[in-house]
Amino acid sequence: MKIEILGMGCATCNKLEDTVRQAIKETGIDAQVDHITDIKKIMAYGVMITPAMVIDGKVMAAGKLPSLEDIKKMIGGK
Amino acid sequence: MNECCTQNNNENKSLNHYIPFLLIPFAVVIYFFLERGVDFFVYAILRMDKASHLTEVIRFFLYDTPKVFILLTVIVFVVGIIRSYFSPEKTRKALEGKPLFAGNVMAAGLGVLTPFCTCSAIPLFIGFVESGIPLGVTFSFLVAAPMINEVALVLLFGLFGWKTALLYASTGLLIAIISGWVIGRMKIERFVEDWVYEIKAGDFQMPEQKITFNDRIQAGWTAVVDIISKIWIYIMAGIALGAAVHGYVPENFMASIMGKEAWWSVPLAVLIGVPLYSNAAGIIPILQALLEKGAALGTALAFMMSVIGLSLPEMIILRKVIKIPLIVIFISVVATGIIIVGFLFNWIY
Repeated sequence: MKIEILGMGCATCNKLEDTVRQAIKETGIDAQVDHITDIKKIMAYGVMITPAMVIDGKVMAAGKLPSLEDIKKMIGGK
Repeated sequence: MNECCTQNNNENKSLNHYIPFLLIPFAVVIYFFLERGVDFFVYAILRMDKASHLTEVIRFFLYDTPKVFILLTVIVFVVGIIRSYFSPEKTRKALEGKPLFAGNVMAAGLGVLTPFCTCSAIPLFIGFVESGIPLGVTFSFLVAAPMINEVALVLLFGLFGWKTALLYASTGLLIAIISGWVIGRMKIERFVEDWVYEIKAGDFQMPEQKITFNDRIQAGWTAVVDIISKIWIYIMAGIALGAAVHGYVPENFMASIMGKEAWWSVPLAVLIGVPLYSNAAGIIPILQALLEKGAALGTALAFMMSVIGLSLPEMIILRKVIKIPLIVIFISVVATGIIIVGFLFNWIY
């Protein structure tokens, strides 16, 4: 599984990355996390508000910090 | 088994969500009895001297701090719920293909309601440009979003009354609408960085998530925790400073520099305010202190608007997508608007 965090270095973006890593650790799911800061790549997803979270090419959240529980659900595939 | 537990969990969650509503009556009661309570505490329990400056400082601080925090919690909570109905993507759709002036009006209004942070200014700007929204309309949005701020609105309401709050919100909107329109009339497309036009934005696709009212309440609550945890220290510092000025600085101390007679004080206040950056929470208690000592309302409001509406960090971010001449145009048009509003207020009052 590939998880991308879209954000240009804002505080919330970094928090999102931390939360995602935490979720991966707690669920033990095998996933690769990339923090995308290139605006061209961010725009390619059509996202206009950061931070956003993309799982396997699909935008799952934008403009907010999902809770740890929500992220676990998203990556758990349920 | 699994089903039962999810159910249970949800019930617990929804119960938690009603707690904010249960707290509202308490907040109202405290709010209305606060002044008498503080007076009683200071004069009867602490037995402080009514004429002393220190008593005034302490009374001011004890009264303003809880008042501001109660108002702030309630309004930020409500605004958080309202904002959960808006998103930049919906705003962009709403603005697409709107004619110039109507587009400016809508963009300014949506700028207030759409959740937005300066750090998202670039993707938002590109997203707007991509879908053919005129630059003038985009600027109306970019002016309104920071300028009309719920925290500022609350503090103005709490400290100066609803008239000042209303004047601030309406003139702020007017500045956003008109400066966007003026900028739109100039030929400014050439001042946008070329790479912006080359970007191909993808279609925004997010799986439709069902948002329940509980989720919105949660959003409101998150906003309260998020905002108050960030700004409480500024508010306390601002109120403390305001209290000190209230108690110790002589009456009419500011009148000669920031009073009505000094017409040049408005442009000067804006000139000082533009490069400064502070959040609304920190600056308003200072305003209160200034006003009380004879600064004119228009001058003080112009100062506040230029501090929170135009800021150096935002300009540095915007510089990545627009060239210097457009930044200069942007700042001068908005600053002019703020100066006019400052004069207007001074003239009315």
